[in-house]
Amino acid sequence: MSISYIDTDILIIGGGAAGCFAAVEIYKRAPTCKVVVMEKAHIERSGCLAMGLNAINAYLHAGQTPDSYVSFVERHFEGIIRRDLVYSIVKGLNEAVKDVEEMGLPIEKNEDGSYKVRGKRSIRIFGERLKPILAEAVQRTPSQVLNRVVATNFIYDGNRVCGAFGFGVRNGVFYVIRAKAVIVATGGASGIYKPNNTGEARNLLWYCPWNVGTGYAMGIRIGAEMTSFENRFVALRVKDVNAPTGTIAVGTRSKQINARGEDYLERYYQHLGGNKCLTHHRLLATVEEKKIGRGPCYLDTTTLNEAEERRLKEDFLNMNPQIVLLWANKEMNPRKKPVEIQGTEPFVVGGHCQAGYWIDVERRTTIPGLYAAGEVAGGAPKKYVSGSWVEARIAVITALEDIKGVVLKDRDDEAILREKTRVFSPLTKKTGLSPVMARERLQKIMDEYAGGISMNYALHEERLLEARRLLKSLKDRMGDIAAINNYTLVEALECIDRIDVARILVEHLIYRKETRWACYQTRLDYPEKDNSRWLTFVNSIYNQNTDEIKMVERPLSS
Amino acid sequence: MSIFIDENICNGCKGLPEARCERICPGDLCYRKENLKAAIRDQSACWTCACCVKECPVQAIELKLPFQICSNGSSLKVRLRHDKTIWTVWDAEGHQEEFFIQARSLKGD
Repeated sequence: MSISYIDTDILIIGGGAAGCFAAVEIYKRAPTCKVVVMEKAHIERSGCLAMGLNAINAYLHAGQTPDSYVSFVERHFEGIIRRDLVYSIVKGLNEAVKDVEEMGLPIEKNEDGSYKVRGKRSIRIFGERLKPILAEAVQRTPSQVLNRVVATNFIYDGNRVCGAFGFGVRNGVFYVIRAKAVIVATGGASGIYKPNNTGEARNLLWYCPWNVGTGYAMGIRIGAEMTSFENRFVALRVKDVNAPTGTIAVGTRSKQINARGEDYLERYYQHLGGNKCLTHHRLLATVEEKKIGRGPCYLDTTTLNEAEERRLKEDFLNMNPQIVLLWANKEMNPRKKPVEIQGTEPFVVGGHCQAGYWIDVERRTTIPGLYAAGEVAGGAPKKYVSGSWVEARIAVITALEDIKGVVLKDRDDEAILREKTRVFSPLTKKTGLSPVMARERLQKIMDEYAGGISMNYALHEERLLEARRLLKSLKDRMGDIAAINNYTLVEALECIDRIDVARILVEHLIYRKETRWACYQTRLDYPEKDNSRWLTFVNSIYNQNTDEIKMVERPLSS
Repeated sequence: MSIFIDENICNGCKGLPEARCERICPGDLCYRKENLKAAIRDQSACWTCACCVKECPVQAIELKLPFQICSNGSSLKVRLRHDKTIWTVWDAEGHQEEFFIQARSLKGD
């Protein structure tokens, strides 16, 4: 197996929303800066945006102020957010959206040219081609894009991140990329929990199935501080096909109804705010209706007219074409039958919720040389795609400043050999665990002992301690994981990364002894929200040498 | 089943180093068989994102839903034009519905 050595100024890991935007931004600000983008798939259609997008849900309309926006996010996250991070995002949203519009993204407008208000913080876009549009912008820069190269670990000298290792899926090459700064933008983690769909439909997930938390795992392994993994995300989505309910609820003002046709939020959940309740309470109410026996729950689309149905289909084709296939059947037509909704399995994400690297407002992680943007960056929920662009811009500005005077670290051949051996070892095993076995084991443990769908997302100490024990023993078996080709080798590496993420997640879930965010983090043994004790960030630092996870608390005002 | 590749239509993107569906699939699931026809290595790993469906210049690929989710046999195909996306959806009875959706703003928009 050959090794490819590449030297660059800035390495961007992950060519998704944040990564592509970062590459373009570097070229704008420092055209001579050398950039490498390492991408697991192909940047034209990779990550969360591969299917497209029909709305941008973080936008500052006229009448909103950055302060009102930050307060909104803080309220939705029960008082725990990094106000400094969210504020820095809000200030940049409109400029970032404008930049992407100029790249070619169509946005719905009023006659006077202003963006049409879709929701309070939302605009309607025609984003089927959003990812190719971003990729073309990258391709117009001199950035070197390495498609089909999977990041495996950071090059780390014990003090500073000096680049990253990668595996070329197509060519089997092992990449050693030295850089003065690394921006990690790999996205969040799916596949940690057993999904709603199994068998042939197992990958019909809400989140991109190939965002497996590698960026988190690589940071965890070098002891980067991580925050708020316990703030899991569970999406309330159209059953089976996981299409966004917001497209219907915001787009057509459809009500949530239960099996009896009742507006259940208004009728039974006034104490949570009825129809004005928080996002996770919408989910909680839906889970409760199911438990009580008033489910399934639906979005009432039967009041739509033909034109509205057509518009809804167009919106979904731009983002989740599967639902249009579901509706291509008389009995399932949304004007005849309300659309059934349910919660997904939990995900670890920093774009809807706030799991990720602990960063400063300039997007430095706790490890020198390493910057985070987008879903992997913690503390700033509801950033979504436009917020990820802003974070990419901030990380770029910081990295460009910080690399002045930095020289590339000397090559450490011993570290290279160690990582190469680790990466390729599954291919040397003739028999052993298959990646499918490992993934299914992980998902079963997490589902049953760490609050998955089968537990209605609920958690308590005894089960979590069992999850801790089982995950440790699963990790110890990963030395036996075997791969027969490059594709299954990637699957094997994904399993290892997911397990590292899951172990951190479980420690966070054990540590927070209150119920802060219903369903995302519901503790049966500590059912109340306790502001006197837990208005704090829960962070973790892993020590690879001792295999210990140290938990620390950080104040909200940090 | 999530995607169906019609071997009678697929030309294997002859002349290219890899088939277009193989190049684009975000999950690295498409590949070219020895007979130069495209195939999917694991239907259960498909996200049904339709990227391959969009990328195929001869419309050899259809998107369907796994049977456990939808048993009616509906399917769709896509054609990409520079500034718009054209979708054709067939329902259970074979009726066809077309959508022409703007995908890129033209200069001066």
